[in-house]
Amino acid sequence: MATTKNIEIHAPGQTEGKLGLLAYLFLGVAFGIVLTKSEVISWFRIQEMFRFQSFRMYGIIGTAIATAAISVALIKQFQLKAISGEIISIPEKELGHGIRYAVGGTIFGVGWALTGACPGPLFALIGNGVSVMVVAVLSALVGTWTYGLLKPRLPR
Amino acid sequence: MATWLSGSWQWYLAGPVIGLFVPALLIIGNKVFGVSSNLRHLCSAFVPGRLEYLRYDWKKTGLWNLVFLIGIVIGGFRAAHWGAPHDIAISAETKASLTKLGIHDFSGVAPHEIFNWHDLITLRGFVSVIVGGFLVGFGTAYAGGCTSGHAISGLANFELPSLIAVFGFFAGGLAATYLILPHLF
Repeated sequence: MATTKNIEIHAPGQTEGKLGLLAYLFLGVAFGIVLTKSEVISWFRIQEMFRFQSFRMYGIIGTAIATAAISVALIKQFQLKAISGEIISIPEKELGHGIRYAVGGTIFGVGWALTGACPGPLFALIGNGVSVMVVAVLSALVGTWTYGLLKPRLPR
Repeated sequence: MATWLSGSWQWYLAGPVIGLFVPALLIIGNKVFGVSSNLRHLCSAFVPGRLEYLRYDWKKTGLWNLVFLIGIVIGGFRAAHWGAPHDIAISAETKASLTKLGIHDFSGVAPHEIFNWHDLITLRGFVSVIVGGFLVGFGTAYAGGCTSGHAISGLANFELPSLIAVFGFFAGGLAATYLILPHLF
């Protein structure tokens, strides 16, 4: 299994040119539209999911994972190159004791249910006109910064 | 206007389309789909302080992702203005549960009774927006990913750390839904 030293930030290649960045902008716009149309940005839908009262969110997440998994398997099988020229490689995450994933994941889960939004939807909601989510984003930045401060003392 | 633009999408359309963002980003530039890294990039860009965690070349590693993030805001804005506004068609059971909780207004994508500027100083507004936002930022940084990075990219690549993280997401979400929310109303 290929492991990469730089596990936290995937940083292959060099900074993109303007044209490359435009491609990411278009993809981002498309993603914002999909998040909105699929209603996964809705607090109501998140509540419905955590109360197990509809299959919808599970259907969306499940088929998203399946589609991504098949795509990744095909990319690996054919050792596809990116348009940028590099061979596509996905760095494996380091397991360690697994504590950061269990504890960090649980903390995020509480935030997900309270805000009704994960990071992508937080930003899509601002676009949707739920302006108070700007405060949630600022608060999330404080949270990330606080993690950076405490990182040396947290179990991994 | 085409119904696929004005209405909401069925799950079997929405899920696969979301999943396709993983290969799209890999093929365009060998990038791994994951939104929460942007919170770190934004901290690194604006308030790195002396934290080792935030001292790296955010332009090199994260500029593409920040541009993607700006796109999400624009896309959300565009999509919100297609078609007539409609309520989210949640199940009757959910509506009953939430009514019991104290939600009366079911219009819009998020309940107006919680997510508005005036209610930031109330217990439920403060906990939902400010505490919730903080936990999203802290938790995703600690776990090294969110729904996109762990649940979709990570599980699609069959990574054990991501599976552990996703169990955590649900444990936390259930705890908040059943143990915290009832006390906020």
